Amino acid sequence: MSLEDPRDTEALEEELVGVTNEGVDYDALEDLLGEHVIGRESHLNAEAFVIRPDEVQEVLFTLRDQAGFDHLSNLSAQEYEDRYESVYHLKKYNDPTQEVTVVVPTTKRDPRSQSAEPVYRTADWHEREAYDLIGIEYDDHPDLRRILLPETWQGHPMGLDYDQDQPQVVSFENHANPLEEDHQDAESDTMFINIGPHHPATHGVLHLKTVLDGEQVADVDPDIGYLHRCEEQMAQSSKYRKEIMPYPDRWDYSSAGILNEWSYARAAEDLADLEVPEYAQVIRTMAAELSRMAGHMLAVGTFALDVYGDFTAIFQYAFRDREKILNLLEDLTGQRLMFNYLRLGGVAWDLPEPREEYFEKLRDFLDELPQTVEEYHSLLSSNEIFQIRCVDTGVLEPDVAKSYGATGPIARGSGIDYDLRRDDPYGYYPELDWDVITEDGSDNYARVLVRLQEVEQSARIIEQCVDLLAEWPEEDREIQSNVPRTLRPEEDAEIYRAVEAAKGELGIYMRSDGTDSPARFKIRSPCFSNLQTLPELSEGEYIPDMVASLGSLDIILGEVDR
Amino acid sequence: MSSQDRPADSKPAVQSTQEARMEGTDDRFNSKLREAFGSSPFILTKFDQFMNWVRGSSMFMLQFGIACCSIEMMATYAIKHDLDRFGAGIPRASPRQADVIIVPGTIVSKFAPRMKRVYDQMPEPKFVVSMGSCTISGGPFQQGYNVVKGAEEVIPCDIHVPGCPPRPEALIYGVAKLQERVANGESSPVTVKPYELEQFGDLEQDELVDHLAEDIDRETLVMRYNWADSP
Ligand code: SF4
Repeated sequence: MSLEDPRDTEALEEELVGVTNEGVDYDALEDLLGEHVIGRESHLNAEAFVIRPDEVQEVLFTLRDQAGFDHLSNLSAQEYEDRYESVYHLKKYNDPTQEVTVVVPTTKRDPRSQSAEPVYRTADWHEREAYDLIGIEYDDHPDLRRILLPETWQGHPMGLDYDQDQPQVVSFENHANPLEEDHQDAESDTMFINIGPHHPATHGVLHLKTVLDGEQVADVDPDIGYLHRCEEQMAQSSKYRKEIMPYPDRWDYSSAGILNEWSYARAAEDLADLEVPEYAQVIRTMAAELSRMAGHMLAVGTFALDVYGDFTAIFQYAFRDREKILNLLEDLTGQRLMFNYLRLGGVAWDLPEPREEYFEKLRDFLDELPQTVEEYHSLLSSNEIFQIRCVDTGVLEPDVAKSYGATGPIARGSGIDYDLRRDDPYGYYPELDWDVITEDGSDNYARVLVRLQEVEQSARIIEQCVDLLAEWPEEDREIQSNVPRTLRPEEDAEIYRAVEAAKGELGIYMRSDGTDSPARFKIRSPCFSNLQTLPELSEGEYIPDMVASLGSLDIILGEVDR
Repeated sequence: MSSQDRPADSKPAVQSTQEARMEGTDDRFNSKLREAFGSSPFILTKFDQFMNWVRGSSMFMLQFGIACCSIEMMATYAIKHDLDRFGAGIPRASPRQADVIIVPGTIVSKFAPRMKRVYDQMPEPKFVVSMGSCTISGGPFQQGYNVVKGAEEVIPCDIHVPGCPPRPEALIYGVAKLQERVANGESSPVTVKPYELEQFGDLEQDELVDHLAEDIDRETLVMRYNWADSP
């Protein structure tokens, strides 16, 4: 993949630098980078190397090829009083606990640094976002333009001196053909077509600028930002303790709320050094898996709707089963969709009384589940039409998936064995018995199979949690640890923490400035990275296959745009 | 006329198609309505009223999803809640075929002109149900730099359904209320604020507009957001 292949092949034979049994040996990495390192910081999740803005590519190539950091999970950009900073969070796909951070400061006067795009393809969108919201420019970037805000926007809203009251003008323009002249021109025979932002197949408000050559997709450019509702700004203006928690529910709103809440809870608990009682961890694990099931049901139902317009059967089946899960979650949390159930240091309240009845309901649901999943298999995965539409369409090779930072069912459908629940353990997962599902097909079909099997695995997890909770001695049922009323994490503490959400690695980067709300709050959204693979999945394929690929990516625009 | 006025030997009300065709006149359509109005097959009503009743009893919804509320909206269409029971549940993919648009979610600056365009494409008479706090005021994102403070900044709304998200039951109630109003011929109190959504040429010629004038086609739909005066 690298342009400098000799190094690439050498690295395979050599031992990777910095790998020890006790995790990453940062001194060895520092030696490896040598002169490039101009400073070193300690973040709570990993050590960070400060480098010069014009050496980004060299450093990242070295880290990727010689130290094996093949996953750029996030780029958090921010503005300080005296400088801009791009913070690259690197990980390894085969061991995400090995992390390293690369900090690239640039001056205020000329915020310009080298692009990481040649090293990790995923940096493309991440850097565009940093440019859009913060105002850092990236040299060498293939296509540096706004991504979330309209082209005509004035200023960079997450910068320090942005005036929110200034008026903005937004136009409804006809988009230009990204490839060549439109079909009206006699010379060319491609056709430009806008799909979305209001279109039944785009899962919300996504806009695809598509160029067709006959029936085939010649070029597709996802245009996002139609639901950019300033989640990061909202979090930065809220207090850690209770005010931020309702927002995560609204990122991935396919009922996967608990998983999102957990990502914030995990990051904030590590930042403020809070304990979570074991009992609360079990409840969290159970609730999170219920959420995941509901999210996957929605994904499968809408996917069926996408590939063969099946509004009457599978879509309704999926909603029927989803309703059951929502009822269970509603009993637990009091809400159908926006649960707001996790608290820093635990959960909001204990299981609903009478407990026996609740366990009974859960068990009934779990007992029926195998039959339900069987139903999906006979309706969906063994359906011939479905197979024709999905097998071998939307192929995403594992290498490509990695360089785009794809995670979750997308990565696992491409045979990448990456699941943070197991690889970077949190909650009660390590004590439970369950499997990580992978499929080697790399196509639309494999991704659906992964989701259906994950539903079964979630059921296994929930079953064990129910047994544990039913046996739990009454005097030990501690749902929240002691958390101070106001949290003020140490000044300048920085952390990046992720959990395995329904769509993949959902991470939070936070920097505290000693006050009770974060100075920078950056969301690493799995859908954002996953959606970036769409051109790879669909270019050269037929247009209906692109719709199928988009469906199988299962994006939620609230999380893509944040 | 009630049933006791009927001759004792009258045929059973329900007949199969085949039976009905076999003998005499086909009276399959005579049942209830004919009974209610006696021998006269005519109903006297104002055409307007009749049209309102028709409109209220069969509404086509636009399949239009924006944000989290649209998940609950889908649940409202789907099994269990089944909005179609109330004669208002078939989602149409094209705005040209829809009577009602449910606005389910947060509207941001980039989307507002698109939503306006979709609304403009719906044929008259058209109705708007705004779903969720976001469409009332911007909801939880009211302070956001990019969030339009409610759907009424862009299009007029007939019914607001509060909640974040409203439960499907609440949405059904909202739609039923709308149907009731439409059937009664009550036109909505249009509270839309004339938002500056005009042809570009009509925008106030200030510095920002001048600055952008070169890039933007004069014919295109342009929105100007005055964040400072938003509610
Ligand atoms: S009202 Fe609440 S649930 Fe509905 S779109 Fe807004 S944030 Fe989402």
